[in-house]
Amino acid sequence: MEIIQLLISGMSQGCVYGLIALGFVLIYKATEMVNFAQGDLMMLGAFLSYTFVSVLNFPFMLGIIAAIGSMAAIGAITERLAIRPMIGEPHFSVLMVTIGLGFIFRAASGFIWGSEPKTLDTPYAGQILKINNIIIGYENIVILMATILLCASLVLFFRFTTTGKAMQAASQNQLAAMYVGISVRKINTLVWAVSASVSAAAGILIAPVSLIDPQMGFIGIKAFAAAIVGGFGSLPGAIIGGLIIGIAEQFAGLYLPSGFSEVTAYIILLIVLIARPHGIFTSMHIKKV
Amino acid sequence: MQFIRKTNYYQDIQLFKHGGQIFWYATLLFFLLFTPLFLSEFYLGELALVFIYGIAGVGLMLLTGYTGQVSLGHAAFLGIGAYCHAYLLSHEVPFLISLTLATLFSATVGGILAIPALRVTGIYLAVATLAFSVIVEQILTHWVSVTGGYRGMLVPAPSLGPISLQSFEIFYYTCLTFLILTIFIALNLLRSPTGRAMTAVRDSEISAESMGINLAQTKAIAFSLSSGLTGLAGGLLAHKIGYLAPDSFNLLMSIQLLLMVVVGGLGSLHGAVYGAIFIGFLPQAIALLRDSLPGTVAHTPGLEPGIFGLILVLVLIYEPLGIYGRWIKIRSFFEEFPLYRQATHKRQRTFLKTERLR
Repeated sequence: MEIIQLLISGMSQGCVYGLIALGFVLIYKATEMVNFAQGDLMMLGAFLSYTFVSVLNFPFMLGIIAAIGSMAAIGAITERLAIRPMIGEPHFSVLMVTIGLGFIFRAASGFIWGSEPKTLDTPYAGQILKINNIIIGYENIVILMATILLCASLVLFFRFTTTGKAMQAASQNQLAAMYVGISVRKINTLVWAVSASVSAAAGILIAPVSLIDPQMGFIGIKAFAAAIVGGFGSLPGAIIGGLIIGIAEQFAGLYLPSGFSEVTAYIILLIVLIARPHGIFTSMHIKKV
Repeated sequence: MQFIRKTNYYQDIQLFKHGGQIFWYATLLFFLLFTPLFLSEFYLGELALVFIYGIAGVGLMLLTGYTGQVSLGHAAFLGIGAYCHAYLLSHEVPFLISLTLATLFSATVGGILAIPALRVTGIYLAVATLAFSVIVEQILTHWVSVTGGYRGMLVPAPSLGPISLQSFEIFYYTCLTFLILTIFIALNLLRSPTGRAMTAVRDSEISAESMGINLAQTKAIAFSLSSGLTGLAGGLLAHKIGYLAPDSFNLLMSIQLLLMVVVGGLGSLHGAVYGAIFIGFLPQAIALLRDSLPGTVAHTPGLEPGIFGLILVLVLIYEPLGIYGRWIKIRSFFEEFPLYRQATHKRQRTFLKTERLR
């Protein structure tokens, strides 16, 4: 019983990691840039949903849609202002820019919303589902369902829409994509918007489970570990990496001495990096000179 | 503009390129030696902190600026050096021996970390070092018998034999000595085959390898040296802060160290020192700024990291070579005075170098 319970809470935690990791991977695949501010985008998304739902008293679904929409705009603006000037610079510089952006977002949200934790009022808060002896919170079920829904819609988006196909083309080869008439710059902006809104969704999903405060973006680092474990650049890998880390963390928290659950993600990451340097689902090729 | 007439190949690797350099560096040293006469204790302490940051900056510069390996976890080495030094001192090991052992220990840990790190490149490396630093932070928190955990650890007062190094002046001179020593070591290293190999690895791993450079060995040496120097800085920093707590060596510290080499100017030792001055005095500047800001803004908890982030982004977008790059531009403006053209220093953009091909 205990194991199933842990498995479910691990899976829902893992789904959140997976969604943030998905944001990382989307940006990396399309632009080969690593966005270290992904966790902070998630934090902003959670705060915006709090503002819309709990402060401005929007209906719940409308508030969420407004939060996700405004996060898409923030993602696009960020790309336009801070990332586009960095095209052609070394990867390391771009990484540093996004780290800096993360700090700016954190300071800005501390300034706007203050540092006391906030709670998001959800219609499903505190309700539980009881099957035999297993108690599952509605939040966890919502997280699982929403993740499946989001992944499915992303798959459909990439497979059946022109924009989705253009994104795939740009991620495979930017130059070739440009030659066939895809505006790679627009695609990059769009990818940032999509990625920011996926993170915002993750933030809204985790908001009822953990509190909303400016420091919650730090779970972005664990999500990053998840993205690497899954092989950076593989969309299903991101979700699977997130699940692995989420479940392992829950079990480490129960069966190992204190302190281990915080480092589980990183220990798994190091082991994966030593055993398979480019993650489990790799998309690397060796260059021939 | 000064043209150096070269009559000998060895001139290319001399420590000082011309007499002017010797003169200016000697003047700087002279000033630094006499600073304690006319500066208050507070500013001496701040300067000592700048020197300590400078040592760590040179260490990180060797790794990031010269070998091209990104580390997001250098605070861990700072922490390892600090705790190791404090632990040895409290077991009555003499100051110099303890500091040497702390340096060697963190160099060894860096060398061991290099083994998995050698297999990964780019962002994977950055994340591996990040993971390492989080793990070290947890170890520092939970290994209570050695580190004192959250209660922290008191650092014994430093002394060199019978002479106490506690006073501000003497600590200032100690840090200055170690900084000069570090820069001297780094300069010598950079003109040796090992240093040249490091630069070659930074510029292109493939061409370095095809010239017969052992990639793994070069990277391991760079890692080990860099973490050793950072550990040395950590040992000195332990005396500066006096009381060690695990959370002073967190991700923010690692980012500060990176900010230092980026803002100072990647790929130059001058940059490491400029960056150290910048990082050392930025908190003072922010404190001054705080007084002139309205209350609600000034007391936002994340203000300081936020300003750090803003500066980082602006520097990377507008002046990727940092303070050192700006200085080069100003200098060449005066050297070539009426003929200076901005296009001389135009940034060359490279095509997107994909990391998916390796």
